[in-house]
Amino acid sequence: MATQTSSKQRLETAAASAPAIELRGINKHFGAVHANRDIDLIVRRGTVHGIVGENGAGKSTLMSILYGFYTADSGQILVNGQPHAITDSRHALALGIGMVHQHFMLVENFSVLENVVLGAEDSPLLGKTLAHARAQLKRLATDYGLEVDPDAIIEDLSVGQQQRVEILKALYRGAEILILDEPTGVLTPAEADHLFRILRTLRDEGKTILLITHKLREIMAITDEVSVMRQGAMVKTLVTAQTSPPELAEAMVGRRVLLRVEKGPAAPGKVMLEVQNLVVTDDFGIPRVKDISFSVRAGEIVGIAGVSGNGQSELLEAISGMRDQLLGTVMLNGEPLSLRGDDGAARARLAGLAHVPEDRQRMGLVTVFQEWENSILGYHHEYGSGLGLDIAKAKAEAKERIAKFDIRPANSDLKTANFSGGNQQKIVLAREMEGNPDVLIVGQPTRGVDIGAIEFIHNQIIKMRDAGKAILLVSVELDEIRSLSDRILVLFDGHIVGEADPATADEGELGLLMAGVTKDGHAPDAGPGTVPAHETLIEKNLTEMSPQDNKDKSGLDE
Amino acid sequence: MSVRVPLPRWVDVALLPILNVVLAFLIGGLIVLSVGQNPLEAVGYMIYGAFGYGSGFGYTLYYTTDFIFAGLAVSLAFHAGMFNIGPEGQAYVAGLGVIIVALLLNGLHWALMFPLMITAGGLFGAFWAFIPGYLQAKRGSHIVITTILFNFIAISLMGYVITKILKPAGVDSDESAPIQAISRVPQLREFFALFKNSPVNLTFLLAIVALFFVYWLVWRTKFGYAMRTLGRNPTAARYAGISSSRMIMTTMALSGALAAMVAVNNVGGVQGRLILNFVAGAGFVGVAVAFMGKAHPVGVALASLLFGALYQGGQELAFSMPGITREMIVTIQALVILFTGAMGDMLRIPLEKLFARWQRTAGGG
Repeated sequence: MATQTSSKQRLETAAASAPAIELRGINKHFGAVHANRDIDLIVRRGTVHGIVGENGAGKSTLMSILYGFYTADSGQILVNGQPHAITDSRHALALGIGMVHQHFMLVENFSVLENVVLGAEDSPLLGKTLAHARAQLKRLATDYGLEVDPDAIIEDLSVGQQQRVEILKALYRGAEILILDEPTGVLTPAEADHLFRILRTLRDEGKTILLITHKLREIMAITDEVSVMRQGAMVKTLVTAQTSPPELAEAMVGRRVLLRVEKGPAAPGKVMLEVQNLVVTDDFGIPRVKDISFSVRAGEIVGIAGVSGNGQSELLEAISGMRDQLLGTVMLNGEPLSLRGDDGAARARLAGLAHVPEDRQRMGLVTVFQEWENSILGYHHEYGSGLGLDIAKAKAEAKERIAKFDIRPANSDLKTANFSGGNQQKIVLAREMEGNPDVLIVGQPTRGVDIGAIEFIHNQIIKMRDAGKAILLVSVELDEIRSLSDRILVLFDGHIVGEADPATADEGELGLLMAGVTKDGHAPDAGPGTVPAHETLIEKNLTEMSPQDNKDKSGLDE
Repeated sequence: MSVRVPLPRWVDVALLPILNVVLAFLIGGLIVLSVGQNPLEAVGYMIYGAFGYGSGFGYTLYYTTDFIFAGLAVSLAFHAGMFNIGPEGQAYVAGLGVIIVALLLNGLHWALMFPLMITAGGLFGAFWAFIPGYLQAKRGSHIVITTILFNFIAISLMGYVITKILKPAGVDSDESAPIQAISRVPQLREFFALFKNSPVNLTFLLAIVALFFVYWLVWRTKFGYAMRTLGRNPTAARYAGISSSRMIMTTMALSGALAAMVAVNNVGGVQGRLILNFVAGAGFVGVAVAFMGKAHPVGVALASLLFGALYQGGQELAFSMPGITREMIVTIQALVILFTGAMGDMLRIPLEKLFARWQRTAGGG
């Protein structure tokens, strides 16, 4: 392929000059944790260099050292061949290292221009700085295809555009080396493609890009070289063109991983969960779920695909009784659920609905509790008769679940915050699945979860389906939706805009639906998940599609 | 963005509070020194006054009793995520419940009167705390603001009730009619001669029971579990189906009932009547006690004893060293509250750094 040869050429030319970044023997401890051990890394100038690894492998720590958030306990950082002791992010910027964070560091009610100059003002009076920045932005826009209206207010921009502002901020400050931390997590496939086009242009113009991601597909698509980290150590650095996703996955986890979910055909039974004309508003009274109806049968997994912020959170919270619905009915096993009041979730649970929340740390766990305490959250009434809490029983069951779900470390007395993301998710899953529910609703089951645990979690969900449970799955990971679901509903702007069969639907089609573009501009004709006829969806430029909020995604930092 | 390594538990629960108290005393010592007095001598008098002889120790325990109840009241609410600043007012209003039942049944044997006082006082205190709880749960009024305001309302209300209604004709001071001796809570000196003429009474034993009760309630019951869930993560509580409104109202009522026992101690146990402003700041000390005691009954017990000793030792000091005025003693007490309560975490970060360095040299070297 053409890109492969050019990638090879790039690596060859880059090898001639000093590497943009060279790390030698970097070590970093946090207390007893050895977060980075003897890291050596060479990032060649003018290439895209990927860094992959599971959560807790030390990627973020390493980047934070490079960006001056932390100082390494030992080791050397060379930028363009010169050793530097980077003390803070200002210093890093002065050396030409810029960072685009996973959670944008933008002032929401400032304009693009104001955000770009923030912290880089030349004088107390802004006029000159702003004029200079405006000219610079224009130049960057034409040079790199980074077009954003400088006078637009950040909160009016789509997530993809906000990310471009972050990149512009770094470039405006003279960044030659860009670090991007999980940049595609919040983007639609189309927006992600656009980002990759920008990154390629930047690379062709001589910038160096360090891409941190857990999506192996992205690594394969855009990087020239890829480094794999595991348990704080650098396992290997590979030329992307000469490796494959299974090889990378194995290097990350340290054992062979099945990247595909294996499941048999579904055997749907009677309707267990039925949602009728549901309308849900957010905390500010703005409708987020707009007249949605669908049903889930026993023994099937219905996946809700969509870009984050299109009403998924509110949908899950309303069905599980965490958020008051404005209108509509939720039927469980033919009986309407009474979800009103601040203890609606207790009644939902009593009726046989279990909920794996999309944000386990904010909703599903009390992280300061011991593991066994979280193992009974929501089910604590079942432990002990009378007032007393039957701690012995709770601990005994927690231990059983630890064994059954391979939760590590296997210590029910350990504080939950000390478990890794994947193990925390297993604690939640074990609790919700072992309650033997009729309906299981699952939000973002593998967000921030290691590859090894993903495999396990997916298998558990399939197992629940095969045991005849009705499962509603919501995920922003399209791959996950496609591999697990028996039926896919696409959510856009609070409406279900289409239904697809995961076996036949292609990614482009789903991607368009996720961006709100339906065939011929009409809602597709589908079964239970149809859009009300009066809805006509406006076809817009894809890149201007605006998933409303990315504020709800806090708390996924481990 | 810096990673903080948590302190070892013994440092957190023992070393840090001790360092805070030492720091407060060092600065208090400088104040004593600045007026030309000997700080070591002053500390000696304080310790002697608080623990050195039976009557002094009895007084220390009497103050400790008040502080345990107020501290537990604040601690309990704290576990549900609420900051109850109102034990002062709750205890004051509870005094009304205690005196009503005591005067209505005046002459009843204390063995019957004591539980009645506890019940009536508890109900009044619970009611006074329930209202801010209700306002927070149903109307979203912040509990910190409402409980502070309810302290003021309590002062005005009780002032009116005592001076205009309860005060018998022909009595000059602002107080109710007295409770007969047989109905009063018995003094511990009647069982232990050691306590001589000090006011420590049976309510002290009730305080010990309350310490165990609060431990059991918070850590050994379903209610306590739900309460801690709400206090630590309200979103998770909603997820778990724990009704925050019900929990807030119930917990505040229980908190108020605990604060109410200050009134049983004072009205039923010491004064034998309801006098104006009898709480005298014990409710506010409870806030400092709960902070210093990390809202744990063991911590509350120790912190209460410290403050009890400070109060009683301070009186002794003022009596024995005329060069040190009452105001100066209040200043020293305030310093302890300041260092253990408001600035209790001042030394945390330096200590964390120190321990992180020790660990690294020990583990990584």
